[in-house]
Amino acid sequence: MSELLLVGGTVVDASGERVADVLVRDGVIAAVGTRLSAARTLDAGGCVVAPGLVDLHVHLREPGDEEAETIDSGARAAALGGFTAVVAMPNTTPPLDDASVVSSVLARGADAMCEVVSSGCITKGREGKELAPMGELYALGVRVFTDDGACVDDPAVMRHALEYSMSLPGAVVAQHAEDSSLAGGGHMHEGAWSSRLGIPGRPAEAESVIVARDIQLAALTGARVHFLHVSTAAAVDLVREAKRRGLPVTAEAAPHHFALTDECCAGFDPIYKVHPPLRTASDVDAIKAGLADGTIDAIATDHAPHAPEAKERPFDQAPPGMLGLETALALTLTELVEPGALTMRQALAALSWQPALIAGIADRHGGPIEAGRAANLCVIDPAAAWEVDANRLASRARNTPYAGRKLTGKVRHTILRGEAVVIDGTATR
Amino acid sequence: MKHLLSIDDLDRAGIDELLDLSESFLEVTSREIPKVPALRGKTVASLFYEDSTRTRLSFETAAKRLSADTMTFSVSTSSVKKGESLRDTVQTIEAMGVDAVVVRHGSAGAPRRISEWIDASIVNAGDGRHEHPTQALLDTLTLRRHRGPSLDGMRVAIVGDVRHSRVARSNVLAFDRMGAQVTLVGPPTLLPESVDGWPSTVSFDLDDVLAEVDVVYLLRIQLERQAQALFPSVREYTSRYGLTVERAARLKPDTLIMHPGPMNRGVEIAAEVADGPASIITEQVANGVAVRMAVLYSLLGAGGAVV
Repeated sequence: MSELLLVGGTVVDASGERVADVLVRDGVIAAVGTRLSAARTLDAGGCVVAPGLVDLHVHLREPGDEEAETIDSGARAAALGGFTAVVAMPNTTPPLDDASVVSSVLARGADAMCEVVSSGCITKGREGKELAPMGELYALGVRVFTDDGACVDDPAVMRHALEYSMSLPGAVVAQHAEDSSLAGGGHMHEGAWSSRLGIPGRPAEAESVIVARDIQLAALTGARVHFLHVSTAAAVDLVREAKRRGLPVTAEAAPHHFALTDECCAGFDPIYKVHPPLRTASDVDAIKAGLADGTIDAIATDHAPHAPEAKERPFDQAPPGMLGLETALALTLTELVEPGALTMRQALAALSWQPALIAGIADRHGGPIEAGRAANLCVIDPAAAWEVDANRLASRARNTPYAGRKLTGKVRHTILRGEAVVIDGTATR
Repeated sequence: MKHLLSIDDLDRAGIDELLDLSESFLEVTSREIPKVPALRGKTVASLFYEDSTRTRLSFETAAKRLSADTMTFSVSTSSVKKGESLRDTVQTIEAMGVDAVVVRHGSAGAPRRISEWIDASIVNAGDGRHEHPTQALLDTLTLRRHRGPSLDGMRVAIVGDVRHSRVARSNVLAFDRMGAQVTLVGPPTLLPESVDGWPSTVSFDLDDVLAEVDVVYLLRIQLERQAQALFPSVREYTSRYGLTVERAARLKPDTLIMHPGPMNRGVEIAAEVADGPASIITEQVANGVAVRMAVLYSLLGAGGAVV
């Protein structure tokens, strides 16, 4: 019998906030209250005790690019970032378009430091042509279908994927909304900076035309559609209007899309290269507003590790993507909660229970924190100040754009299925 | 000045200083033995990831006339292994002991990145669509020699594929800095997607601006842009934006005609116009060596005598 008591924290979940201790026994929450005791205690004084964070969008690079990240190293980074579940994106080599590959990812992730949830491809080879075996992948537990990294450009293919998903209860089709023809050949946001720097651009409209189209396809089919890493004001407006109409649409935003702008690319450092690209200050404002009014359901990292040499190429030759797992919570607290754009509970909604619902794992992640629930928790010290040190990240890669940035808010403990995988900010295995 | 990566590295006084120095090197190049010992013992490497015989030769001639040792790394696209790190390549070159690296690269920002990785001075000899600062300096020198001492109030039209042009990006900055008023002329598909912050105005109609300008600066039109649906045909481009004999006849008598080369005769410029009395295109080329001598000398020769 393993037992653990989180003492002195403020419990925050979808149902509210209260000062209480949390007793964890044999992988589940045994009691929430005061005057509890256990053989082992962890200090949560001054901290928020929250359901473990859930990341809808990570690239674990395994199989295929284990130099950049492995399931183990990515899950370790996730645990240190407060995440108890991550959804692994399918753009591996080979891609997650086949039951055998998905099974191997799930097997490799079974004893990782967070729950590794596998997504599955929408189309074979992420080529946007023929449907992947969505039913076979669904039978293995896949609920999030996406060709992430590639947009499903063909409207008929997208329509058929949405229609087909209606036969898979709880499944969601998640679109990387960037029209390949409009964005193709571009490497940063198209605008004043790209024009000045001579870097071919990816216009905001590459995103919004696909979001507009897929909202109409969601209305046509009645199927759920989720928009990955929404980055533009226009897309936020479209999603807001779709939700007002009651359409089954959800959206996520990545921390870099509310913490950085396209001006960061002025030094030609591809550490700032990402798809969709860093946008303008007014897009950043729209993302913040979208998170504040609930238009954007989730904050997802789009954690995208790359080996150092991959980012030591010229801007247009470097691969897109940046690390996110170990900085997402602190960026949310620093950029959104501290200035008052979001409350702590709104931030945790976007980082935990709302993504858990979208991913179809709300039975075991995202709370509520009450007796009988799986003990997937994170304890956050919202006042802890720290500075990002790229060399001290658990990820195998080093491509964080936040090196040297001072942030407020840190994960103190992470509890996975009752096991303290992070204690006082340090991984226990 | 450690590097020359962008015209942004220079203010008006800095440009004037480089051009003054260029003038004295022009004198050197007209001597019977056009060589000075200013950079003896220095090594200048040229690292060209794109073919460019004229720019490479211009830099190498400049280095040799300053008595520097030269090394050439011609990196043909086929030999660059996919995934090879740019950083590894330049660190190898640095290990051989170089004082300056002249970089031509197809990617915007590559010289800037290199300057962050090695100690040598970096000269941008053209990077993607970003900049080609020595071209802008030699163009400015050419104009100053004709209309100097200053370019204040001079009206310059830069005509053609500004969107994809590193020459245009450098020249807009340099001309503006020297006091000229720049108008970008071309079809909207070949002008920058955004001109926010550009010190220039924009026109879609060449005939509208012709009669007013003091300089027509024509850019090379890349024929592959037609396949990208950026203009319908070469014939239509020439009829709307080419400096034909008929259009040239409507210029003011003292308007100068420039082109960075290589020219598509009969496309953006009629052969008769390119070879006509208003054209100063060959002077641009001639001034290139002196300007590059001035740049290399400024970066490497601090303290030594010029001539």
